[in-house]
Amino acid sequence: MKSKAQLIAQELSIGYYQGSEATTVAASLNCSLRGGEFVCLLGPNGAGKSTLIRTLAGMQAPLAGDLNLSGIALKNISPRERARAVSVVLTETLATGMMDVYSMVSLGRHPYSGWFGGLSQRDHERIKWALTAVGALPLAQRQVAELSDGERQKVSIARALAQEAKLMLLDEPTAFLDLPRRVELMSILRNLAQRENLALLLSTHDLDLALRFADRLWLMTPAGELIQGAPEALALNGQFAQVFANDNLDWDAGSGSFRTHPIACLNVWLEGEGLIRTWTQRALERLGFGIAKERTEAVFSLRVHPQCWEVTFQDEMQTFSDIELLIEWICTQDWLESKPALCG
Amino acid sequence: MTLTANSFKRRLGLFLIIGLGLLCVATVSLCMGSIHFTLPEVFKAILGSDSMPPVHRQIILDFRLPQILTALLAGAALGTAGLLMQTVFRNPLADPFVLGVNSGASLGVAIVLLAIGPVGLSLTDGLGNSGQMILILASSGGAALTLFVVLLLSRRVDIMSVLIIGLMISYTIGALVSILMFFSMAERLQSFINWSFGDYGNVSWVQMRFFAPAIVGSIALTLLFIKPLDALLLGERYAESIGTRAKQVRFFVLLGASVLAGTVTGFCGPIGFLGIAAPHLSRYLFQSSQHHILIPASILIGALLSVSADFLARGPGLDFVLPLNAITALVGAPVIIMALVKQRKLKRLF
Repeated sequence: MKSKAQLIAQELSIGYYQGSEATTVAASLNCSLRGGEFVCLLGPNGAGKSTLIRTLAGMQAPLAGDLNLSGIALKNISPRERARAVSVVLTETLATGMMDVYSMVSLGRHPYSGWFGGLSQRDHERIKWALTAVGALPLAQRQVAELSDGERQKVSIARALAQEAKLMLLDEPTAFLDLPRRVELMSILRNLAQRENLALLLSTHDLDLALRFADRLWLMTPAGELIQGAPEALALNGQFAQVFANDNLDWDAGSGSFRTHPIACLNVWLEGEGLIRTWTQRALERLGFGIAKERTEAVFSLRVHPQCWEVTFQDEMQTFSDIELLIEWICTQDWLESKPALCG
Repeated sequence: MTLTANSFKRRLGLFLIIGLGLLCVATVSLCMGSIHFTLPEVFKAILGSDSMPPVHRQIILDFRLPQILTALLAGAALGTAGLLMQTVFRNPLADPFVLGVNSGASLGVAIVLLAIGPVGLSLTDGLGNSGQMILILASSGGAALTLFVVLLLSRRVDIMSVLIIGLMISYTIGALVSILMFFSMAERLQSFINWSFGDYGNVSWVQMRFFAPAIVGSIALTLLFIKPLDALLLGERYAESIGTRAKQVRFFVLLGASVLAGTVTGFCGPIGFLGIAAPHLSRYLFQSSQHHILIPASILIGALLSVSADFLARGPGLDFVLPLNAITALVGAPVIIMALVKQRKLKRLF
């Protein structure tokens, strides 16, 4: 149930002016956002995610190119009309003042209220609806300054929702939250996009959640390109690896996650199955070991059983009843001396 | 709906108490001074009864009444201007003079008193009321010129830079004033220092015709910005995202606040502390950051502090007048300290 595109960017160049000199962050971007769609914007720090979001929100002029909102050039829309069409949640934490949550969310009604900001019955309904949508209605009478980071972020989203804009742009709204809170926020947002037919663009560093929740991903490369596609498509065609991989990090399409220490010079022959194998492998990788494909190239072999770990090293066999003991044993060995040739 | 009925009642009660307090202090101030009058005598004088000595009538009508009215208007103006500056700069230290209007005014006055005066224009002797008028013109002119320069410079920079530009302009002008003072005669210096103490007694009924409309008009104009000022509490970026033309609002609010501060400085000399104390006390008492509450609160509290300071400075029962600025600082500073200690977390408010 996807409606036609609401925000269309064509040949967009984004960046900023320093004095009269323009610095281009990214050029020739072509992208669009449509109702009912939850898009996550990913990219390394400094790739220009925030600049893109501010430009799409009309808070910053593009250096070149066209930006159309429902068929009208964004720059020709008055601030008040724009505020009814586009809402934002920014990285900067809300300066709270001495304000209760209800008053804070009511600021989102500014594009609709009169000269002195008086609220109509409908305004009050929309404020309550926005608070309910993010599950923050019980917080309404609390002071914003007293809220936890997670609660404040919900209120911030409720404030944006109260604008009744069909397009919401969020710049790293999950940055300061713990995992359960991040998951909660992402599912709230995705449900909102579907239920209210909103177009949502959210920038994040949280690849894992973006892969699970987003309808589409935008990947910003350090070179200033924008790669778009369904999360699964980008995982399969290796474009994740292209954007994010570096010396310490390697994209593992098999598990759909990143792997640290990709270049292990010491390998372990690992036998066994199940959860216990997965976490033993994680421990080995964390300690700098790879998993051997042949038994002959391994420095030691390890067989996992439901309650014990069986190590064969230099023809001697040892068993460990606890993974902590295994890790301690691995850490106390001098591996480079035992097989220096392997590490060049 | 946004407030519980309880806090609505509390705020209404506070407004009433502060309003009554203001009325009381103003009345007492009208009655007491170098000569004490009873309340009926004051009423008689105001209603134009012939049954009291003309000198007494003159004291009440031509001296005390305009002075108290000046104190009231100046306090209201500085309280409002301080609040506007604190909101626009998102800085609890901002006061009505952050753009340097008072140093501009002091340069104007210094030029008249210290530089032109000695050349032949005598202000203290002979000119009387018109000498006062020249001072007002000089200080208003100096304030207006400084404001113009700062606003011109601040059009393209961010808000933090505006603050620093204002500060630097103040220092520069202060340096010029110091140089003027260095080359001045002792008696000229004394009259300049007297001006810098601040005084509500210089506004006669003739001057009130300019002073009162300027203050009332400017405060009325700031009421038009209640909504965008609330939006600015979120920061300029968020304010823009909810449809506020932040740059325009910033310009007009800075202009309005500086006109208020400049007018007060022009007519009464530089009055410190009220502009910082009134908004802080308002926030503390009313527990709100919203301007439909804070603007009227700052007007009333500013007026109350100002009328009280004027009353104390005139030293009822004594035959001397203390420097007004010393009293506003003595009244204002403890108020700020008290509000801060009770609040404890000012940083989270801005």
